[in-house]
Amino acid sequence: MSDDSIKIRVENVCKIFGPRAQAVLEQVRAGMSKNEILDKTGHVIGIRDVSLEIRSGETFVIMGLSGSGKSTLIRHINRLIEPTAGRILVDDTDVLEMAAEELHEFRRHKASMVFQRFALLPHKTVLGNVIYGLIIGGKDKDKARELGMKQIELAGLSGFEDHYPAQLSGGMQQRVGLARALATDAEILLMDEAFSALDPLIRNEMQNQLKELQSRLHKTIVFITHDLDEALRLGDRIAILKDGELRQVGSGPDILFSPTDDYVRSFVQDVNRAKVVTIGSIAEPVVCLSEAEASTERCYNLLQERLAVVVMSKGKVKTVINRELAAKPDRIGSVSQGQAYPQATCIKQDMTLEEGFALLAESGGLAIVTDDQSTPIGIVTHRAVLNALAR
Amino acid sequence: MAENFPELTDTRALRSAVDNGFNWVVSNYGEALEVAFLPMLRILSGMEQFLQWLPWYIVLIGLCALTYLATRNWKPAVSVAFMMFLVGLTGIWDAAMATIALMLVATLLAVLLGIPIGVTMSRSDRMQSIALPVLDIMQTMPIFVYLIPFVMLFGPGKIPALLATIVFAIPPVIRLTNLGIRQVDADVIEAVTSFGATPRQRLFTAQMPLAMPTIMAGINQTTMMALSMVVIASMIGAGGLGYQVLQGIQRLEVSRGLFAGLGIVFLAIIFDRIAQAYGRRMQQHPHVES
Repeated sequence: MSDDSIKIRVENVCKIFGPRAQAVLEQVRAGMSKNEILDKTGHVIGIRDVSLEIRSGETFVIMGLSGSGKSTLIRHINRLIEPTAGRILVDDTDVLEMAAEELHEFRRHKASMVFQRFALLPHKTVLGNVIYGLIIGGKDKDKARELGMKQIELAGLSGFEDHYPAQLSGGMQQRVGLARALATDAEILLMDEAFSALDPLIRNEMQNQLKELQSRLHKTIVFITHDLDEALRLGDRIAILKDGELRQVGSGPDILFSPTDDYVRSFVQDVNRAKVVTIGSIAEPVVCLSEAEASTERCYNLLQERLAVVVMSKGKVKTVINRELAAKPDRIGSVSQGQAYPQATCIKQDMTLEEGFALLAESGGLAIVTDDQSTPIGIVTHRAVLNALAR
Repeated sequence: MAENFPELTDTRALRSAVDNGFNWVVSNYGEALEVAFLPMLRILSGMEQFLQWLPWYIVLIGLCALTYLATRNWKPAVSVAFMMFLVGLTGIWDAAMATIALMLVATLLAVLLGIPIGVTMSRSDRMQSIALPVLDIMQTMPIFVYLIPFVMLFGPGKIPALLATIVFAIPPVIRLTNLGIRQVDADVIEAVTSFGATPRQRLFTAQMPLAMPTIMAGINQTTMMALSMVVIASMIGAGGLGYQVLQGIQRLEVSRGLFAGLGIVFLAIIFDRIAQAYGRRMQQHPHVES
């Protein structure tokens, strides 16, 4: 990947909380542990030598348990917190060198933030909250109102624009928070445990909405969460943080299937794989034959080596012939003619196992995996599914 | 036998140093200060004359309307009318107007000065640690002690009365402005900052509106303290109801003292009702549109 696609570069950032942070920095660099530093100096290590590169247009998830420094780290990007050492570059501009006015402009137009506890202004209406960033940025009131109403509509809050935050449910308040962040049309969206305070149903809905939104807008999203399922669901790449240190950065499957250390391993151990593994990733290759090609003999031979043969008719899946039938060659003919065997089950390759369970259950042991154009690309068996879950 | 505290220094020298120092200020700057505070005197006299010039029923109706607007309830408005009627009936109307004028002007000036001081205090812990003990001293020092320097500087009259009232009444509005702003949800302030608000925008779009109920409570207390100062301020020439009380004492006229005293109580009830009801309404609807 070329260099200019890097949007945010975090370079060797350290953050130590306490009155003599600079002095303690040397000891931290010398490798003293978090507890030692706390005992000896009373200082708390927030972030310890973290370097990250976040690409333009990706959803980058920073994950860790509470106290891991993830919320501290995200606040460095828009300089709500200043590091003790290190640099933060956004589009190759050092955030830490910005003068006050420049920093205000950066926050108004370049990076907007969504907060865990919503942090809406209780004395302003939904509309007043959504256009807050625009008004602060000096936008004309009518223009801001117009943009705000558009965001309110997109967020599904139409009709609530004159309500006050206290009159809305948590989920709706966070929609307002998201709409407020989107209204400024910033390229970077910083989301600090944005969905953690919502109940599971609403959280799910918001996650879907964010995914849909991201597929349209291609923002650079930095998303903080303590929930691995959420991280795997949303993140193009995931960084795992522990005690202010970066443990691993990689795609979801990278982290799931090749954890670099014991901490990450124990972290991913309990994850619900069914939610992460896609059907496509466990599909086995398959041969597709047209009706004319699917002679009894040919099918019989193919099935000696393969699990199944898919029979197509006019570009559509007609049926699937599996090994069970290979033992009864006399029946292959009737099946390939589409007489005896039921219509095969098709599953899209980007479905997760969990989403595919119902279809798999119906399929009678074998389902066809298709791409977006419904072209078969493989098959998946119950056995393969169980194997994937058992890994 | 008890032992006396040993005389370690000659306090006469210290006292005379303080007194001479102050006398020097009086003789060199007294006149300049008097000129500087002349506009304040004009405002106060103007206010007093205006209230006394207004026909009594206009004032009465005005206060009732204010009470009704604050409480949205006709009962307190009727009791306000009744109390003001009694004030007129006992022949202390003009004195009451003078007292209201002093109280309003003192409160207004205390608020205009106190809110910026409170805001400054809320911005730095250092300022707060300096200001809090000063406010404690201002509130615990017997009021008569400030009267001495003010009278020496300006001579008996309305200006020292007004200034002493302001000094006495300003601490609550300062304290509660500071407290109100410090109590604003840190998450909201962080959010506002993350959207690029300057410190000034932060103050006017978030901190002040959200601290308003607390600041209003401070203004209410300041109003009450200004009113409680009127009797004492009358000793140095503020006039008004306090002067009537003072005369009652000097002439041993129970009736005069009693009527004026009741008048002060009525004014206190009326202004407390109005200010409290207003503060409560703000808390019920935390959305004071700015």
